[in-house]
Amino acid sequence: MVSLFRLFEWLGNTPWSVALHESRYAFLVVLTVHVLTLAVFVGTAMMIDLRLLGVTMRRVPVSEVMERLVPWSGAGLLLMLTSGALLFYAAPLVRYQNIFFRLKMAALVLALLNAWLFRRTVYRRIADWDRDPVPPRQARLAGALSLVLWVIIITAGRMMAYQDYWFG
Amino acid sequence: MSLLEFCRWVQYSSPLIAMRASPWVFPVIATIHLMGLAMIGGAVLLVDLRLLGLGLQRQPVALLARDAERWLVRGLLVMVSTGVLLFMCFATKYYYLTFFWVKMAALAAVVAFTFSVRRRIVLAGETQVNPASGRIVALVSLALWTIVAVGGRYIGFP
Repeated sequence: MVSLFRLFEWLGNTPWSVALHESRYAFLVVLTVHVLTLAVFVGTAMMIDLRLLGVTMRRVPVSEVMERLVPWSGAGLLLMLTSGALLFYAAPLVRYQNIFFRLKMAALVLALLNAWLFRRTVYRRIADWDRDPVPPRQARLAGALSLVLWVIIITAGRMMAYQDYWFG
Repeated sequence: MSLLEFCRWVQYSSPLIAMRASPWVFPVIATIHLMGLAMIGGAVLLVDLRLLGLGLQRQPVALLARDAERWLVRGLLVMVSTGVLLFMCFATKYYYLTFFWVKMAALAAVVAFTFSVRRRIVLAGETQVNPASGRIVALVSLALWTIVAVGGRYIGFP
């Protein structure tokens, strides 16, 4: 059976991975895109979450906030995942063996699961609470959970750079 | 005292030496700084996308702007307070980086622009403002914030 370790060891030795890892500018450009897309992705996701919590845009229907901001959030997420995948590809084993990376991936799965569950459950009944200044409990919970998870993801992402410094 | 001497004095003052000695203070402050980025990003985009015709078009700009301004101010407070601390940790390094000064100039410009021209336009209401000027305001705002953000990433490289 192929272990993840062996798989990522092989991936890290592919020519493109080595090229990206050793590039002078490409890696830094990808890293910059990854960090700055935060403003678009988490920024718009945060405004949606804050609306779900009933603390902003209280007079705007939730469905309109979702319809108009989710495309931006989604595009930001796509850019985030693409640039993130490239950063992983540049040094697969280093990322795989980083405890903060693992924490970040776990939190990311939970965040996506949370968004999916929200869509499948309470958002199905949006007609009942679309114009409520403060949405129902279940929606507020989804918004709060989302905010907490993105905070964890940002923190873990930042801390990835310090693993060697702290535990090396 | 010259500016460089001041930077040196700040960086090597005892509280800052103590801060740098801690392995986690700088990373934690840098993390909070990033969350400020997300807050400002959300608050700025909410209004600028609306001005560009790509946001919540059924809502009056002024309504969104009043809501967003609260989060923009909070984001700015987070960003500036953590930013000052990050600067003080390595003041002499930033002193020599041209991009740091570009970032500061763009920041000063965008804050001044946001709370004067942009504020007047977005709070005026649709009837008094022609859409073209709204679009120009949004583009200027986004361009300046982009310089600030890219500059922030750029000066962080060792």
